[in-house]
Amino acid sequence: MRLTSAIALLLVATASFSAVLPEDRADILYHSYDGDNVTIQGPSLLIRKKFAENFSASANYYVDSVSSASIDVVTTASPYTEERTQYSVGMDFLHDRWILNLGLSNSEENDFTANTLSIGISQDFFGDLTTVSLGYSLGDDEVRRRGDANFGDTIQRQNYRLGISQIVTRNLLLGFSVETVTDEGFLNNPYRSVRYVDPGSAIGFSYEPEIYPRTRTSQAAAFRWRYHLPYRAALHGEYRRYGDTWDISADTFEIGYSHPIGSSWILEGKVRSYSQSRADFFSDLFPRAQYQNFLARDKELSSFSSQTLHLGVSYNIARSGWWIFERGSVNFSYDYIEFDYEDFRDLRQPAAIAGDEPLFNFGADVLQFFISFWF
Amino acid sequence: MQRTIFLLGIALLLSACSVEPWVKPYERDRIADPIMSFDRNPVSSSYTHHVYEAREGARGATGSAGGGCGCN
Repeated sequence: MRLTSAIALLLVATASFSAVLPEDRADILYHSYDGDNVTIQGPSLLIRKKFAENFSASANYYVDSVSSASIDVVTTASPYTEERTQYSVGMDFLHDRWILNLGLSNSEENDFTANTLSIGISQDFFGDLTTVSLGYSLGDDEVRRRGDANFGDTIQRQNYRLGISQIVTRNLLLGFSVETVTDEGFLNNPYRSVRYVDPGSAIGFSYEPEIYPRTRTSQAAAFRWRYHLPYRAALHGEYRRYGDTWDISADTFEIGYSHPIGSSWILEGKVRSYSQSRADFFSDLFPRAQYQNFLARDKELSSFSSQTLHLGVSYNIARSGWWIFERGSVNFSYDYIEFDYEDFRDLRQPAAIAGDEPLFNFGADVLQFFISFWF
Repeated sequence: MQRTIFLLGIALLLSACSVEPWVKPYERDRIADPIMSFDRNPVSSSYTHHVYEAREGARGATGSAGGGCGCN
């Protein structure tokens, strides 16, 4: 695997066509998520600037301010608030018609630290009709547990990425990407529990801590397309297939439409459909305590589907330039996401017999407001 | 699957220098339109991928570099 990747990298590096660095731009975004009694909001600032002709540097500051009373929290723990802060820096280097990029990222929470190093290379071929990119990331995470100074563990993550984008006709653009991710370490959520049938309990069940395998490897492949309609508008779509060693498989479909109005406005609409099968060690209710080696009742590992409706609008500002900026845009988007679980039950609505509770579902509202400037 | 993809990639790269571009540079005005970009607003798409990755089992092949999630 690594040898093949190295050969592919070498070939990419020795082929010859042109490439361009990303545009200089600055983005200021405010994001808000509200669903299942969880609110997450905060800013994201991204700036990118070229220098010394063939370098481009980027920096991102991102915050999640979380206030959670989700179903997992209210049934087995206490509501909490916390903040996650992420700093990322990156550098792109254009040399002899290929682009090499390097990125570093640090994410901090009071119970989780994630550090990631990414490298990548991309190259245009066939008179710039085809772009091939390869990437690798190495992550080193530290997992802690609030209120338990004796607990501490680590996760090592590795990502391998290949992407191809292809201009097919003057109206059609195709993209294909594959990514393999391997994780090794403490992959549980350290706060969550599973439930099992307990005849000695008044409610018919009791809880015990989750136990996950310490390794997980996943493969994902995605195919996407964008088509420029005879008038100035674009149709776009995507399909992604996913599978992993925990026996989760998933399919994602997206289709969208982008419609400019004049030279100032762009309206966008998109629908997305996602469905997954459960991990082989997931159960909403195990028959007894310590029923098997690995135990999970994390709803993200259950069988469920989600449907998204996305609406967005962009308005171009400062079209003839302002101060040091060439142009800008003001953007707003709203997503409604509906999650429907097929084997995760809502324990806030008790049943006479454990396991007969209604299935859980919830809707989430996601808002984004951002201003972008090019300079 | 990954290995097959890489081998296909190598075959593609080896043949790269002998193909004439069938969409000429002066025919790419529509492709160059911002509405045709796979990632027109990276700050927004990065956030959107994070929203899904924290709540769904699937991950990867989203077209962006990814990174630490810390979604306890």
